[in-house]
Amino acid sequence: MKRIYKNIFIAAFVAPTFLILFAVVFYPFLYNLVISFSNMNLRHIKDWQIIGFTQYVKVFTDPTEPNFYAIFLKTVIWTFVNVFFHVVIGVFLALLLNQQIKGKSIYRTLLILPWAIPQYIVALTWRGMFNYEYGSINLVITKYLSLPAVEWLKSPTEAFIACILTNVWLGFPFMMVVALGALQSIPHELYEAADIDGANWFYKLRNITIPLIKPVMIPAITLGIVWTFNNLNIIWLVSNGGEPSDQTHILISFVYKAAFNLYRYGYAAALSMIIFVILLFFSLFFMKKTRATESAY
Amino acid sequence: MKKKINNKKFIKKLVTHLVLIIFTIIAVYPVLQVITISLRPADRLLSTSLEIIPDNATLKSYIELFTNRPFLLWVANSAFVSLVVTLTGVVFASMAGYAFSRFNFIGKKLGLLSLLVTQMFPATMLLLPLYIMLIYLGLINSYLGIIIIYTATALPFCVWTMKGYYDTIPYSLEEAAKIDGCNQFQAFYKIILPLAAPALVITGLFSFMAAWSEYIVAAQVLQDTQLWTLPLGLKSFEANMTTEWGLYGAASFIVMIPVVILFLVLSRWLVSGLTLGSVKG
Repeated sequence: MKRIYKNIFIAAFVAPTFLILFAVVFYPFLYNLVISFSNMNLRHIKDWQIIGFTQYVKVFTDPTEPNFYAIFLKTVIWTFVNVFFHVVIGVFLALLLNQQIKGKSIYRTLLILPWAIPQYIVALTWRGMFNYEYGSINLVITKYLSLPAVEWLKSPTEAFIACILTNVWLGFPFMMVVALGALQSIPHELYEAADIDGANWFYKLRNITIPLIKPVMIPAITLGIVWTFNNLNIIWLVSNGGEPSDQTHILISFVYKAAFNLYRYGYAAALSMIIFVILLFFSLFFMKKTRATESAY
Repeated sequence: MKKKINNKKFIKKLVTHLVLIIFTIIAVYPVLQVITISLRPADRLLSTSLEIIPDNATLKSYIELFTNRPFLLWVANSAFVSLVVTLTGVVFASMAGYAFSRFNFIGKKLGLLSLLVTQMFPATMLLLPLYIMLIYLGLINSYLGIIIIYTATALPFCVWTMKGYYDTIPYSLEEAAKIDGCNQFQAFYKIILPLAAPALVITGLFSFMAAWSEYIVAAQVLQDTQLWTLPLGLKSFEANMTTEWGLYGAASFIVMIPVVILFLVLSRWLVSGLTLGSVKG
């Protein structure tokens, strides 16, 4: 009797979440899988049929400009650079904030701001700041640093850098907050013991701080990588849909364009499946390597 | 000797403050930029000045926003959707997280893993199937569909956060409660839930954000302008050939306020709620 009660209890507690996830995530995923094997596009929106792996072959072989491999490389750079700076800046600021200093809570509060602002506002505001003539970034560069103004949004490399700068700004507070929480849980005695042994600052960082915040940081980094890899808003809105001439795309914005601007549904679905598989294998590998979920189970 | 140490300490503090101040300026500047744009008079929207409060600052954009545009309607719509999403998100995540934290059952591992996997689905991948599904269910131009979708985007992260936090609360508390005559549900509701307040706050905040600032799904689902949420309204200022930057700035600023206040008020909870769960070694 008690066992039945327990099982009903578990089912009742878990069911709402998974019903919603089934409807919004898992079922559409299967549906997407079907579309990825079909020829669905604007001309065949009702009378589509299964055509096998054609769309997948197209993804890898289509001579689109830029092609899949170039965009993939760019996506990897995008993800790595962003997450690297998120973590480095985040942990660095957390270390500074974890000392006895005046105005600590004011700093912490203001530093969280970038996280609090809706992403589409962030993106459009930064796009304005990158404007060649009127944007404040060029004004600072020319007025205070006496350097020539940069054509941020007109050339591919600069536009890509502009997107990265925006996203680095956007993402460091999350890592900072996570790192701060982790730092606060490190017992003070460890540092005191190290001080008695005459350990220097770097030694303490390497042998106490980093190993002890790692279990918290690794899951956050994994999520950070997945979120950054899939971040459509910033690229799409800062570069205004991949400008100039589709040179700033990462995979996710390329999918969005294929589906909602070019109506190549089957192709977009196949490309999304490929993105999903890449992320899935990467995350499993990363977590196995770092044993991140060990404590979670 | 002592003085030398004090000097060194002083310099170290000074450098710390300096670095923090620089980063704070970088963090705050774009926000100020929005305010600046919203205060510019109409003839100077494109300005090469770096001043925060522009010359001839005016509140015209704000007045225009509230009197001639359906801004209050968008606020009301967004507030309604966001509050429902927050409520359902908190209730469902606190329940599912509890079951995952306290019991062993078939499919537990798979369930937790699948929550993580949901984060890997590119949002654009689900958008097209969802759109077609909503058409079949007749949920285009209705809040029901969009509320369910928003709840689902925030749920996986929230369940993980809740589970991690419950894991740090000793099981003996519930056992004591049961000896005192509580059943499982009462033990959860009366003893554990209040203790998990920091994680509940995070869950609520994330759910709220997911709904308050979402644009892409809303753009596909809510086509009737009467139903528009804030992001759709804001984008409409930017949509035509002439961007109405003043209105855009003013509206952005007002949209930011509630989220920023929430973050500021909750920032202390944020630190403990996000990480306590995972620090158990």
